[in-house]
Amino acid sequence: MTTYDLTATPLREVNTALHAPELEGDITIVNPFGAHNVAVGLNAPVKVTVEGHVGYYAAGMNQQAEIVIDGNAGTGVAENMMSGTVVVKGNASQSAGATAHGGLLVVEGDAAARCGISMKGVDIVVGGNVGHSSAFMAQAGRLVVRGDAGDGLGDSIYETRIYVRGTVASLGADCVAKEMGPEHLEELTGLLKAAGFTEDDPASYTRYGSARSLYHFHVDNTGAY
Amino acid sequence: MSTDTWGLRESATFDRGAIAAIQRAAETGIYDIRGWGAKRALPHFDDLLFLGASMSRYPLEGYREKCGTDVVLGGRNAKYPLHLDTPVTIAGMSFGALSGRAKEALGRGASEVGTSTTTGDGGMTPEERGQSKHLVYQYLPSRYGMNPDDLRKADAIEVVLGQGAKPGGGGMLLGQKISERVAGMRTLPQGIDQRSASRHPDWTGPDDLAIKIAELREITDWEKPIYVKVGATRTYYDTKLAVHSGADVVVVDGMQGGTAATQDVFIEHVGIPTLAAVPQAVQALQELGVHRQAEGGVQLIVSGGIRTGADVAKAMALGADAVAIGTAALIALGDNDPKYAAEYEKIGSAAGFYDDFQDGRDPAGITTQDPELAARFDPVEGGRRLANYLRVLTMEAQTIARACGKAHLTHLEPEDLVAVTIEAAAMARVPLAGTSWIPGQGGF
Repeated sequence: MTTYDLTATPLREVNTALHAPELEGDITIVNPFGAHNVAVGLNAPVKVTVEGHVGYYAAGMNQQAEIVIDGNAGTGVAENMMSGTVVVKGNASQSAGATAHGGLLVVEGDAAARCGISMKGVDIVVGGNVGHSSAFMAQAGRLVVRGDAGDGLGDSIYETRIYVRGTVASLGADCVAKEMGPEHLEELTGLLKAAGFTEDDPASYTRYGSARSLYHFHVDNTGAY
Repeated sequence: MSTDTWGLRESATFDRGAIAAIQRAAETGIYDIRGWGAKRALPHFDDLLFLGASMSRYPLEGYREKCGTDVVLGGRNAKYPLHLDTPVTIAGMSFGALSGRAKEALGRGASEVGTSTTTGDGGMTPEERGQSKHLVYQYLPSRYGMNPDDLRKADAIEVVLGQGAKPGGGGMLLGQKISERVAGMRTLPQGIDQRSASRHPDWTGPDDLAIKIAELREITDWEKPIYVKVGATRTYYDTKLAVHSGADVVVVDGMQGGTAATQDVFIEHVGIPTLAAVPQAVQALQELGVHRQAEGGVQLIVSGGIRTGADVAKAMALGADAVAIGTAALIALGDNDPKYAAEYEKIGSAAGFYDDFQDGRDPAGITTQDPELAARFDPVEGGRRLANYLRVLTMEAQTIARACGKAHLTHLEPEDLVAVTIEAAAMARVPLAGTSWIPGQGGF
């Protein structure tokens, strides 16, 4: 176990150490005190635990690593993640998992606005609620919300599948509720299990996705934009 | 019979172009989308002239005395700044908008003369990386194909806030160009009319951008220069904010800068001319003490309507450290070639006028994803043509610089220039020829 104290070791040195070739083992980062860009650009099958709150872009562009943030996360946690797992034990600010291509992001508390914006293949499971414009222009992957969703959910969505257990304040353009088939129940069960929420009844969720009516420019669609 | 003899009067307001546009809008119900940049007449580098050396300045001998053209970009923070042999770079153009072979040719041509090329809104292709000695990787609002592996392979990173053809607008790529490969790289369904975001998904404003730039540096271990590209609008403020955010290089793209697909109304009516933007950017850099500084300097790259070595020299005399070309590079590759005149006519255009880059039927095989059309284009030949053109631009700029007595292109200065129109004098902040009058700089 390697431990870095961000009050004693500059972030640059910590991130350099986390980029070391052949990195392995468990790493703990203590005293982050809201620092930005903690544990970004990892590309190794290691476990990193951050004990405390982090600022913007924690675990940004993660590949392979399992990163646990034992606190709250600022804007853009796990942005553009490619693979691996990022778990936020507290709440996440806006744009959690933005543009992420793969891996699993779990926010055990609430996620603010634009959760999963422009997501491109990541799976995101939020224990609480998500703010407005979540899954905006979401392209691929799955977003699971155990609580409620704010206004404009899934606006201009492409092929991401969204599952919400609670209420949705409003749906964005071209996002519609869809039938929950057996394959969707199975998919949702797997996602909840991966995120550690095994007690939920998948049938209590509603699936949302693209109506695909805005995929081509057409004069009759202008009111929707 | 010629209409000249009819005694008919065409409206200056509702001319034939305006009437045709109204008729087209009424018929289709959708705005006109096209490629290229602003086509309207604008004050431009043509409105400036150099004051060659005579009695009070000594020229350099054209064939004997050296005139340097090399430029270093991004030394402010990056461990590995770009060292280019010529200050004429290739602007960002996407795979998707262009064929893979066209992107390869851009890399070949740029590498042959020791300059950089740039990815676009569609990610980095292996062909392009493989053929580009210096490759700038664009970081765009859409983040299509963005991944840390390619980020680490790049020689520089360009955070794109906008482009001159459409400041404030996102990209679009119509369905006919979303081939299986393009769709795969962008994680989109094949064949849809794709709309790119106009705002970055995880930051807003200069304070956030500073953190974002720091993140990109951390991920790439502070090795690569970070550019910030803006479409020319409030250029003075944008340049200052870009520098405060940590940019190593600021790229300013004027409204003549090209696009692969944007609404015509956007191209022609949003943004300011390149000529008006350059002095604003230079003023901002000077006030911050980072203009043309060997240590800690921030370089300025100017694009939007660069066609000749004279344009290169004029942009640099106004204070640019380098320029970028897009439309001109495509023309050098073979775009709008008269040899395809009959085919341009078949699709309702003409060689020299073709701007329908959005529809994927480019007879020259450059702005297309159609395999048969793309196969017409030879990337080796295209690369050679581009290298020729880049050499001509560089030699032309050197010719002018020597005539002004300069041993390096970056020694050119505003004092070497005059303007032939009042508008250009005001925008470029150089005197009207034969006078000491710079409109807008005090007095009247």
